[in-house]
Amino acid sequence: MSLRNVGIVYRKELREALRDRRTLITTILVPLLMLPVLTVGFIGVASMVVGKAKEQKAKVMVLGAANAPDAVAQLRQSKKIEVLPEAADWKSQIGEKTIGAAVEFPPDFQSNLGQRPAGTVKIYIYEGELKSGLTAGAVEESLKDYRDTVVVERLAANHLPKELAKPFDMKQENVASAQKVFGAVLGGMIAYLLIFMCLNGGMHPAIDLTAGEKERGTMETILSSPVSRTHLVLGKFLLVLTASLTTAGLLILSLSGWLLAIRLFHLTDGLSDAGQPPLQVVMGPLAVLSVFIMAIPLAVLFSAGLITIALFAKSHKEAQSYIAPLMFLVVIPSVAAMLPGVDLTPKLAIIPLLNVSLLCKELVTGVYHWNYIALIFLSTCLYAAGVLFLAVKMFQRESVLFRS
Amino acid sequence: MIEAIHLCKRFQDKKRGEVRAVDDVSFTCRPGEIYGLLGANGAGKTTTLRMLATILEPTDGTARLCGQDVVEHPEAARAQCGFLSTATALYPRLTAQEMVEYFGRLNGLDESTLKKRVDEIFARLDMNDFRDRRCDKLSTGMKQKTSIARTLVHDPPVMIFDEPTLGLDIMTARTIIEFIRECRQRGKTVIFSTHVMREVEKLCDVVGIIQNGKLLAEGTIEQLRERYGEQDLEEVFVKIVAPHFAAQEAR
Repeated sequence: MSLRNVGIVYRKELREALRDRRTLITTILVPLLMLPVLTVGFIGVASMVVGKAKEQKAKVMVLGAANAPDAVAQLRQSKKIEVLPEAADWKSQIGEKTIGAAVEFPPDFQSNLGQRPAGTVKIYIYEGELKSGLTAGAVEESLKDYRDTVVVERLAANHLPKELAKPFDMKQENVASAQKVFGAVLGGMIAYLLIFMCLNGGMHPAIDLTAGEKERGTMETILSSPVSRTHLVLGKFLLVLTASLTTAGLLILSLSGWLLAIRLFHLTDGLSDAGQPPLQVVMGPLAVLSVFIMAIPLAVLFSAGLITIALFAKSHKEAQSYIAPLMFLVVIPSVAAMLPGVDLTPKLAIIPLLNVSLLCKELVTGVYHWNYIALIFLSTCLYAAGVLFLAVKMFQRESVLFRS
Repeated sequence: MIEAIHLCKRFQDKKRGEVRAVDDVSFTCRPGEIYGLLGANGAGKTTTLRMLATILEPTDGTARLCGQDVVEHPEAARAQCGFLSTATALYPRLTAQEMVEYFGRLNGLDESTLKKRVDEIFARLDMNDFRDRRCDKLSTGMKQKTSIARTLVHDPPVMIFDEPTLGLDIMTARTIIEFIRECRQRGKTVIFSTHVMREVEKLCDVVGIIQNGKLLAEGTIEQLRERYGEQDLEEVFVKIVAPHFAAQEAR
């Protein structure tokens, strides 16, 4: 079996693809531009929201302020809270989000304080509304401080040590490196983008080379040449694979370049609170290379799958409507891998797509489980070979080639 | 030389059950002769020719192109023939020359032979003006010439034309008719299908009349005229086909 014809078909398809504007846009322009556009958009919106939230004080209405002048004074001191006087329509104001929350002090709150039970301070919120929740948090924090002050004062008055009320302190401290903290989040994102791009890059050429040929009437022309159908489909498959891998490769390159740019130019510094490590991750050359190597069997799987499905269609449009649901199907496992707590296990390592997504998470955080890498690479290769075999078989079927 | 030996093609259709598109068709076309396959739409012409060109595989029976069996060695049989129909389009993003070269390479020509062949064909068909123009920018006539050049590049001994003039204007159709004649002069075996009587009268040495997938009559135009006692070829055709056509309608 001479592979000369596979090369001839491949070179011709490559020449045509390079002259096709749509192919060039999806395989080259989209992966290069997507990340910068996405991240600039994300950082822009995020810093706008964060900045706004920081300068704006949460509006809190105090009900029964006369019952607790000291507590209200404490609230007024908080930098996060703006205290508003009581209004009758406070409930609807919460509902309309003009105020974040309302605090109600029971009668005789201040006089009862420390002597007898002073009753319950109620904080009225809009359940499930983010801003309202944050406001309530700020109110609680401020009132807790006030409660602590009252306790300390009472202890001092009775000549007791203040440690009586608070025998020890607690504090959370992060020991994972910034690489791991953000890598876990980013790794899932990268896998998702990689899977999406592998599929997206191969989609247009796959349709163009199968359903497109039928639609333009060149299928009969090429079938009348002496090239065997196996060689023909292999040449076409290689072109789709090239497009898919080009897209994936450019995405990974653009991503690592972009991460580097974020670090060099401190683009995300405004997003993290002072004292915390800045939001940044570096993908080393090894991570870049290993993510790309995992993309190869994935691209084979997608290219063969796309050709098989698109070949069945009679026209470009029909093929697109078959492939659209595939997009959703492919996205589900990669989204599942982003969920917290979903980690690699031997069982999950043989589930296609999900395994690559989970592995990407590990690779980006700098963890290399070679057993898993081998298992996932081999199992994906196996699936890819199966689908490629199917594509070749489909190309032998007259009912598929000449469907009418 | 084309030998069709008990060619059969059956399809499974959901509504109609088994469809016999071609039903036990046998005939022979000799070198230097034009064989015309005459039939109404859906008679089985295209399916027969596609089986000869090995684009479709026969359900039963076989055919040989210059001795190469289309079932056993489809690739070798395909190398013996040039196939042209109105459905065989050109790749829009290749230039005329690239299109012809692509098919030359697939037919196993080496680069020096290919260059010689392409130069010769482009000069003969007067195509040098649009050699480097993309196929989607060519006029219908230029496209037809490019298609002809594509079928000729490997100099095949057998030429198969499936309704080559369908939907073409008079001038472009004439180019094709001229080309078919030229193939005969060069000693090639030519088979072509049509439902245009005038083309048959102008070109064919032997005519086969096909209906419902069956070859109903075969012979030279003179023989058919004598056998059915009609001078006008159309009348001959109707006399042969009408009973079967009515039977088909009744089904």
